[in-house]
Amino acid sequence: MQFRITRLPIALVLASCAAMAQSATDNSFELTVQNHKFTPAPLTVPADTKIKITLHNQDQTTAEFTSDDIKGGKLVAGGKTASFFIGPLKAGTYEFYDEYHEDASKTQLIAK
Amino acid sequence: MLSTALIVFREILEAALVISIVLAATKGVPRRSFWICVGSFGGVLGGCLVAVFAEEISEWASGMGQEVFNAAVTLLAVFMLAWHSIWMARHGREMSMRLNMMGQAVSSGQKPLTGLAVVIGVAVLREGSETVLFLYGIVAGDSGQTAQMLTGGLLGIASGAIAGAAIYFGLLRVAMRHLFKVTNGLIILLAAGMASQCVGFLVAADLLPSFGDTLWDSSWLLTDNSILSKVLHTLIGYTSQPAGIQVFAYALTICSIVTLANVFGQPYRDGLTNSRSRDVVA
Repeated sequence: MQFRITRLPIALVLASCAAMAQSATDNSFELTVQNHKFTPAPLTVPADTKIKITLHNQDQTTAEFTSDDIKGGKLVAGGKTASFFIGPLKAGTYEFYDEYHEDASKTQLIAK
Repeated sequence: MLSTALIVFREILEAALVISIVLAATKGVPRRSFWICVGSFGGVLGGCLVAVFAEEISEWASGMGQEVFNAAVTLLAVFMLAWHSIWMARHGREMSMRLNMMGQAVSSGQKPLTGLAVVIGVAVLREGSETVLFLYGIVAGDSGQTAQMLTGGLLGIASGAIAGAAIYFGLLRVAMRHLFKVTNGLIILLAAGMASQCVGFLVAADLLPSFGDTLWDSSWLLTDNSILSKVLHTLIGYTSQPAGIQVFAYALTICSIVTLANVFGQPYRDGLTNSRSRDVVA
Protein backbone atom coordinates (compact mmCIF):
# COMPACT_ATOMS: atom_id res chain seq x y z
CA MET A 1 0.00 0.00 0.00
CA GLN A 2 2.66 2.46 1.00
CA PHE A 3 4.56 1.86 -2.21
CA ARG A 4 1.52 2.69 -4.26
CA ILE A 5 0.95 5.81 -2.18
CA THR A 6 4.46 7.12 -2.72
CA ARG A 7 4.73 6.36 -6.42
CA LEU A 8 2.05 8.68 -7.72
CA PRO A 9 3.36 11.98 -6.32
CA ILE A 10 6.83 11.03 -7.54
CA ALA A 11 5.47 10.66 -11.05
CA LEU A 12 3.64 13.97 -10.76
CA VAL A 13 6.69 15.89 -9.63
CA LEU A 14 8.96 14.22 -12.17
CA ALA A 15 6.54 15.18 -14.90
CA SER A 16 6.61 18.75 -13.69
CA CYS A 17 10.40 18.71 -13.70
CA ALA A 18 10.52 17.23 -17.20
CA ALA A 19 10.52 20.71 -18.69
CA MET A 20 14.10 21.17 -17.55
CA ALA A 21 15.84 23.74 -19.67
CA GLN A 22 19.27 25.19 -19.34
CA SER A 23 19.71 28.65 -20.70
CA ALA A 24 23.22 29.67 -21.65
CA THR A 25 24.57 32.68 -19.85
CA ASP A 26 27.64 34.64 -20.88
CA ASN A 27 26.96 37.54 -18.54
CA SER A 28 29.56 36.64 -15.95
CA PHE A 29 30.86 39.01 -13.31
CA GLU A 30 33.62 38.66 -10.77
CA LEU A 31 33.12 39.92 -7.24
CA THR A 32 35.67 39.80 -4.45
CA VAL A 33 35.18 40.19 -0.75
CA GLN A 34 38.17 41.13 1.37
CA ASN A 35 38.17 42.54 4.89
CA HIS A 36 34.37 42.24 4.62
CA LYS A 37 34.33 44.74 1.73
CA PHE A 38 33.15 43.90 -1.77
CA THR A 39 35.02 44.96 -4.90
CA PRO A 40 34.06 46.28 -7.33
CA ALA A 41 31.71 48.48 -5.31
CA PRO A 42 29.31 49.34 -6.66
CA LEU A 43 29.01 46.38 -8.99
CA THR A 44 27.49 47.34 -12.33
CA VAL A 45 25.60 44.72 -14.33
CA PRO A 46 23.24 44.80 -17.32
CA ALA A 47 19.53 45.04 -16.60
CA ASP A 48 16.86 42.62 -17.86
CA THR A 49 19.13 39.62 -18.19
CA LYS A 50 20.19 36.75 -16.00
CA ILE A 51 23.75 37.22 -14.77
CA LYS A 52 26.27 34.93 -13.17
CA ILE A 53 28.34 36.25 -10.30
CA THR A 54 31.51 34.52 -9.21
CA LEU A 55 32.31 35.52 -5.66
CA HIS A 56 35.88 35.16 -4.39
CA ASN A 57 36.03 35.20 -0.63
CA GLN A 58 39.53 36.29 0.34
CA ASP A 59 38.73 36.52 4.03
CA GLN A 60 39.08 33.58 6.35
CA THR A 61 35.56 34.07 7.64
CA THR A 62 32.50 32.76 5.83
CA ALA A 63 30.58 35.25 3.68
CA GLU A 64 27.08 35.09 2.19
CA PHE A 65 25.95 37.33 -0.65
CA THR A 66 22.59 38.64 0.53
CA SER A 67 20.22 41.33 -0.62
CA ASP A 68 16.83 42.43 0.62
CA ASP A 69 15.83 43.41 -2.90
CA ILE A 70 17.46 40.75 -5.04
CA LYS A 71 16.53 37.09 -4.96
CA GLY A 72 19.39 34.61 -4.76
CA GLY A 73 22.84 34.70 -3.27
CA LYS A 74 25.21 32.19 -1.90
CA LEU A 75 27.35 31.25 1.05
CA VAL A 76 31.08 31.07 0.38
CA ALA A 77 33.45 29.66 2.99
CA GLY A 78 36.68 31.51 3.83
CA GLY A 79 39.27 31.46 1.05
CA LYS A 80 36.84 29.83 -1.39
CA THR A 81 35.08 30.81 -4.59
CA ALA A 82 31.50 30.11 -5.65
CA SER A 83 29.20 31.14 -8.48
CA PHE A 84 25.50 31.88 -8.51
CA PHE A 85 22.87 33.43 -10.74
CA ILE A 86 20.77 36.52 -10.10
CA GLY A 87 18.26 38.45 -12.14
CA PRO A 88 16.96 39.40 -14.61
CA LEU A 89 16.88 42.71 -12.71
CA LYS A 90 15.01 45.84 -13.68
CA ALA A 91 17.27 48.86 -14.20
CA GLY A 92 17.97 50.45 -10.85
CA THR A 93 20.17 50.47 -7.79
CA TYR A 94 20.06 47.60 -5.34
CA GLU A 95 21.72 47.12 -1.97
CA PHE A 96 23.59 43.96 -1.08
CA TYR A 97 25.80 42.83 1.75
CA ASP A 98 27.52 39.88 3.40
CA GLU A 99 24.85 38.47 5.69
CA TYR A 100 27.40 37.79 8.40
CA HIS A 101 29.01 41.26 8.32
CA GLU A 102 26.12 43.39 7.21
CA ASP A 103 27.33 46.80 8.42
CA ALA A 104 30.90 46.50 7.17
CA SER A 105 30.03 45.07 3.78
CA LYS A 106 26.88 46.87 2.65
CA THR A 107 27.26 48.25 -0.86
CA GLN A 108 25.33 48.64 -4.08
CA LEU A 109 24.65 46.83 -7.29
CA ILE A 110 23.63 48.93 -10.25
CA ALA A 111 21.64 47.38 -13.08
CA LYS A 112 21.45 49.41 -16.29
CA MET B 1 28.89 37.34 20.67
CA LEU B 2 25.29 38.55 20.57
CA SER B 3 25.49 39.06 16.83
CA THR B 4 26.79 35.49 16.50
CA ALA B 5 23.88 34.28 18.63
CA LEU B 6 21.41 36.20 16.50
CA ILE B 7 22.78 34.81 13.23
CA VAL B 8 22.76 31.25 14.58
CA PHE B 9 19.23 31.77 15.88
CA ARG B 10 18.07 32.89 12.44
CA GLU B 11 19.78 29.95 10.76
CA ILE B 12 18.35 27.27 13.02
CA LEU B 13 14.90 28.78 13.50
CA GLU B 14 13.51 27.00 10.44
CA ALA B 15 14.78 23.63 11.62
CA ALA B 16 13.34 24.29 15.10
CA LEU B 17 9.93 25.05 13.59
CA VAL B 18 9.97 21.86 11.52
CA ILE B 19 10.84 19.80 14.60
CA SER B 20 8.07 21.40 16.67
CA ILE B 21 5.46 20.72 14.00
CA VAL B 22 6.58 17.10 13.65
CA LEU B 23 6.52 16.70 17.44
CA ALA B 24 2.96 17.99 17.60
CA ALA B 25 1.93 15.86 14.63
CA THR B 26 3.18 12.71 16.34
CA LYS B 27 1.76 13.44 19.77
CA GLY B 28 1.00 10.17 21.52
CA VAL B 29 2.91 7.98 19.08
CA PRO B 30 5.23 5.65 20.98
CA ARG B 31 8.94 5.81 20.26
CA ARG B 32 8.55 9.16 18.52
CA SER B 33 11.27 10.72 20.69
CA PHE B 34 13.64 8.04 19.45
CA TRP B 35 12.87 8.79 15.79
CA ILE B 36 13.02 12.52 16.31
CA CYS B 37 16.42 12.16 18.00
CA VAL B 38 17.61 9.95 15.13
CA GLY B 39 16.47 12.62 12.67
CA SER B 40 18.07 15.46 14.61
CA PHE B 41 21.40 13.74 15.21
CA GLY B 42 21.46 12.47 11.65
CA GLY B 43 20.86 16.04 10.54
CA VAL B 44 23.65 17.44 12.72
CA LEU B 45 26.06 14.79 11.48
CA GLY B 46 24.96 15.33 7.87
CA GLY B 47 25.25 19.10 8.32
CA CYS B 48 28.84 18.77 9.54
CA LEU B 49 29.68 16.48 6.62
CA VAL B 50 28.11 18.88 4.13
CA ALA B 51 30.07 21.75 5.70
CA VAL B 52 33.34 19.79 5.47
CA PHE B 53 32.70 18.79 1.86
CA ALA B 54 31.10 22.11 0.90
CA GLU B 55 33.71 22.79 -1.76
CA GLU B 56 33.40 19.36 -3.38
CA ILE B 57 29.59 19.57 -3.39
CA SER B 58 29.82 23.04 -4.84
CA GLU B 59 31.81 21.77 -7.80
CA TRP B 60 29.13 19.33 -8.95
CA ALA B 61 26.74 20.29 -11.72
CA SER B 62 29.21 22.83 -13.13
CA GLY B 63 29.45 24.90 -9.99
CA MET B 64 25.79 24.63 -9.04
CA GLY B 65 26.21 21.55 -6.83
CA GLN B 66 25.10 23.33 -3.69
CA GLU B 67 21.77 24.29 -5.26
CA VAL B 68 21.24 20.83 -6.80
CA PHE B 69 22.08 19.14 -3.50
CA ASN B 70 19.67 21.41 -1.59
CA ALA B 71 16.96 20.77 -4.17
CA ALA B 72 17.45 17.00 -3.90
CA VAL B 73 17.26 16.77 -0.11
CA THR B 74 14.34 19.19 -0.04
CA LEU B 75 12.47 17.10 -2.60
CA LEU B 76 13.07 14.05 -0.42
CA ALA B 77 11.51 15.90 2.52
CA VAL B 78 8.49 16.85 0.38
CA PHE B 79 7.85 13.16 -0.41
CA MET B 80 8.17 12.15 3.23
CA LEU B 81 5.74 14.88 4.31
CA ALA B 82 3.31 13.87 1.56
CA TRP B 83 3.54 10.24 2.61
CA HIS B 84 2.86 11.17 6.23
CA SER B 85 -0.06 13.35 5.29
CA ILE B 86 -1.68 10.71 3.09
CA TRP B 87 -1.13 8.06 5.76
CA MET B 88 -2.73 10.31 8.34
CA ALA B 89 -5.77 10.80 6.13
CA ARG B 90 -6.43 7.10 6.61
CA HIS B 91 -5.46 6.65 10.22
CA GLY B 92 -5.63 10.08 11.79
CA ARG B 93 -9.26 9.87 12.75
CA GLU B 94 -8.75 6.67 14.73
CA MET B 95 -5.66 8.08 16.35
CA SER B 96 -7.29 11.26 17.53
CA MET B 97 -10.37 9.36 18.69
CA ARG B 98 -8.25 7.08 20.82
CA LEU B 99 -6.16 9.90 22.21
CA ASN B 100 -9.30 11.85 22.93
CA MET B 101 -11.51 9.16 24.42
CA MET B 102 -9.08 6.86 26.13
CA GLY B 103 -6.20 9.21 26.72
CA GLN B 104 -3.80 6.46 25.87
CA ALA B 105 -1.02 6.05 23.41
CA VAL B 106 -1.93 4.59 20.08
CA SER B 107 -0.21 1.52 18.77
CA SER B 108 2.00 2.89 16.06
CA GLY B 109 1.74 -0.06 13.70
CA GLN B 110 2.99 1.16 10.34
CA LYS B 111 3.14 4.82 11.34
CA PRO B 112 5.69 6.35 8.98
CA LEU B 113 7.95 7.83 11.62
CA THR B 114 11.04 7.06 9.58
CA GLY B 115 9.68 9.46 6.97
CA LEU B 116 9.30 12.25 9.50
CA ALA B 117 12.76 11.50 10.90
CA VAL B 118 14.09 12.07 7.38
CA VAL B 119 12.20 15.39 7.20
CA ILE B 120 13.81 16.54 10.46
CA GLY B 121 17.19 15.30 9.29
CA VAL B 122 16.90 17.33 6.07
CA ALA B 123 15.80 20.49 7.89
CA VAL B 124 18.61 20.23 10.45
CA LEU B 125 21.18 19.33 7.79
CA ARG B 126 20.38 22.27 5.56
CA GLU B 127 20.36 24.90 8.27
CA GLY B 128 23.06 23.16 10.28
CA SER B 129 25.66 23.05 7.51
CA GLU B 130 25.44 26.84 7.05
CA THR B 131 25.70 27.37 10.79
CA VAL B 132 28.75 25.13 11.00
CA LEU B 133 30.43 27.01 8.12
CA PHE B 134 29.63 30.35 9.69
CA LEU B 135 30.89 29.36 13.16
CA TYR B 136 33.97 27.69 11.73
CA GLY B 137 34.68 30.84 9.73
CA ILE B 138 34.79 32.92 12.91
CA VAL B 139 37.47 30.71 14.45
CA ALA B 140 39.36 30.40 11.17
CA GLY B 141 39.51 34.18 11.00
CA ASP B 142 40.76 34.64 14.55
CA SER B 143 41.28 31.66 16.83
CA GLY B 144 41.12 34.00 19.84
CA GLN B 145 37.37 34.13 19.13
CA THR B 146 36.76 30.46 19.98
CA ALA B 147 35.15 31.06 23.37
CA GLN B 148 32.99 33.88 22.00
CA MET B 149 31.97 31.72 19.08
CA LEU B 150 30.99 28.80 21.31
CA THR B 151 29.01 31.00 23.69
CA GLY B 152 27.27 32.82 20.86
CA GLY B 153 26.58 29.59 19.01
CA LEU B 154 25.12 27.85 22.05
CA LEU B 155 23.05 30.92 22.93
CA GLY B 156 21.68 30.97 19.39
CA ILE B 157 20.87 27.26 19.45
CA ALA B 158 19.20 27.63 22.86
CA SER B 159 17.02 30.52 21.64
CA GLY B 160 16.08 28.51 18.56
CA ALA B 161 15.10 25.58 20.78
CA ILE B 162 13.00 27.90 22.98
CA ALA B 163 11.19 29.26 19.92
CA GLY B 164 10.52 25.70 18.74
CA ALA B 165 9.25 24.69 22.19
CA ALA B 166 6.93 27.73 22.24
CA ILE B 167 5.37 26.68 18.92
CA TYR B 168 5.07 23.07 20.11
CA PHE B 169 3.30 23.92 23.36
CA GLY B 170 1.19 26.45 21.49
CA LEU B 171 0.06 23.69 19.12
CA LEU B 172 -0.73 21.37 22.02
CA ARG B 173 -3.26 23.91 23.28
CA VAL B 174 -5.32 22.98 20.24
CA ALA B 175 -8.06 20.62 21.43
CA MET B 176 -6.95 17.02 21.06
CA ARG B 177 -9.75 16.11 18.66
CA HIS B 178 -8.58 18.85 16.29
CA LEU B 179 -4.83 18.40 16.84
CA PHE B 180 -4.20 16.00 13.96
CA LYS B 181 -6.35 18.04 11.59
CA VAL B 182 -4.34 21.16 12.44
CA THR B 183 -0.93 19.48 12.30
CA ASN B 184 -1.88 17.74 9.07
CA GLY B 185 -2.74 21.11 7.56
CA LEU B 186 0.60 22.48 8.78
CA ILE B 187 2.42 19.51 7.27
CA ILE B 188 0.74 19.99 3.88
CA LEU B 189 1.77 23.66 3.92
CA LEU B 190 5.27 22.67 5.01
CA ALA B 191 5.45 20.25 2.06
CA ALA B 192 4.15 22.88 -0.38
CA GLY B 193 6.62 25.46 0.92
CA MET B 194 9.48 22.98 0.56
CA ALA B 195 8.39 22.07 -2.98
CA SER B 196 8.50 25.76 -3.84
CA GLN B 197 11.98 26.06 -2.27
CA CYS B 198 13.11 22.99 -4.16
CA VAL B 199 12.24 24.39 -7.59
CA GLY B 200 13.57 27.76 -6.37
CA PHE B 201 17.00 26.13 -5.93
CA LEU B 202 16.80 24.65 -9.43
CA VAL B 203 15.83 28.00 -10.93
CA ALA B 204 18.72 29.61 -9.03
CA ALA B 205 21.03 27.00 -10.57
CA ASP B 206 19.60 27.89 -13.99
CA LEU B 207 18.36 24.30 -14.41
CA LEU B 208 14.65 25.04 -14.53
CA PRO B 209 12.83 27.81 -16.37
CA SER B 210 11.28 30.32 -13.98
CA PHE B 211 7.96 30.82 -15.85
CA GLY B 212 7.97 34.45 -14.74
CA ASP B 213 10.99 35.52 -12.75
CA THR B 214 9.11 37.50 -10.15
CA LEU B 215 5.41 36.82 -10.06
CA TRP B 216 5.02 39.48 -7.41
CA ASP B 217 7.35 41.44 -5.15
CA SER B 218 6.26 41.86 -1.56
CA SER B 219 9.73 42.69 -0.27
CA TRP B 220 8.49 46.20 0.55
CA LEU B 221 6.19 44.52 3.07
CA LEU B 222 8.37 41.72 4.36
CA THR B 223 11.91 41.12 3.13
CA ASP B 224 13.16 37.54 3.01
CA ASN B 225 15.82 38.25 5.62
CA SER B 226 13.65 39.31 8.54
CA ILE B 227 12.88 36.85 11.32
CA LEU B 228 9.12 36.96 10.77
CA SER B 229 9.69 36.24 7.12
CA LYS B 230 11.87 33.25 7.98
CA VAL B 231 9.09 31.90 10.22
CA LEU B 232 6.50 32.36 7.48
CA HIS B 233 8.95 30.92 4.95
CA THR B 234 8.99 27.66 6.89
CA LEU B 235 5.34 27.58 7.92
CA ILE B 236 3.62 28.55 4.66
CA GLY B 237 6.50 28.84 2.18
CA TYR B 238 6.51 32.64 2.06
CA THR B 239 9.02 34.23 -0.28
CA SER B 240 8.94 37.88 -1.27
CA GLN B 241 9.76 37.38 -4.97
CA PRO B 242 8.43 34.01 -6.07
CA ALA B 243 9.06 32.72 -9.58
CA GLY B 244 6.01 31.48 -11.47
CA ILE B 245 7.24 27.90 -11.29
CA GLN B 246 7.52 28.14 -7.49
CA VAL B 247 3.88 29.11 -7.16
CA PHE B 248 3.03 26.29 -9.58
CA ALA B 249 5.00 23.75 -7.52
CA TYR B 250 3.33 25.04 -4.35
CA ALA B 251 -0.17 24.64 -5.76
CA LEU B 252 0.65 21.31 -7.40
CA THR B 253 1.92 19.89 -4.10
CA ILE B 254 -1.17 20.91 -2.17
CA CYS B 255 -3.50 19.57 -4.88
CA SER B 256 -1.56 16.29 -5.19
CA ILE B 257 -1.50 15.62 -1.46
CA VAL B 258 -5.16 16.52 -0.95
CA THR B 259 -6.22 14.42 -3.95
CA LEU B 260 -4.14 11.42 -2.94
CA ALA B 261 -5.30 11.71 0.65
CA ASN B 262 -8.87 11.54 -0.62
CA VAL B 263 -8.16 8.60 -2.90
CA PHE B 264 -6.15 6.51 -0.46
CA GLY B 265 -7.35 7.99 2.76
CA GLN B 266 -10.89 6.65 2.85
CA PRO B 267 -11.42 5.17 6.26
CA TYR B 268 -12.11 1.46 6.36
CA ARG B 269 -15.41 1.04 4.62
CA ASP B 270 -16.45 -1.77 6.90
CA GLY B 271 -16.85 0.60 9.79
CA LEU B 272 -14.96 1.89 12.73
CA THR B 273 -15.69 -0.97 15.07
CA ASN B 274 -14.05 -3.36 12.73
CA SER B 275 -11.00 -1.20 12.21
CA ARG B 276 -10.58 -0.73 15.92
CA SER B 277 -10.62 -4.41 16.66
CA ARG B 278 -8.19 -4.93 13.81
CA ASP B 279 -5.80 -2.41 15.35
CA VAL B 280 -6.03 -4.00 18.74
CA VAL B 281 -4.99 -7.29 17.22
CA ALA B 282 -2.11 -5.54 15.42
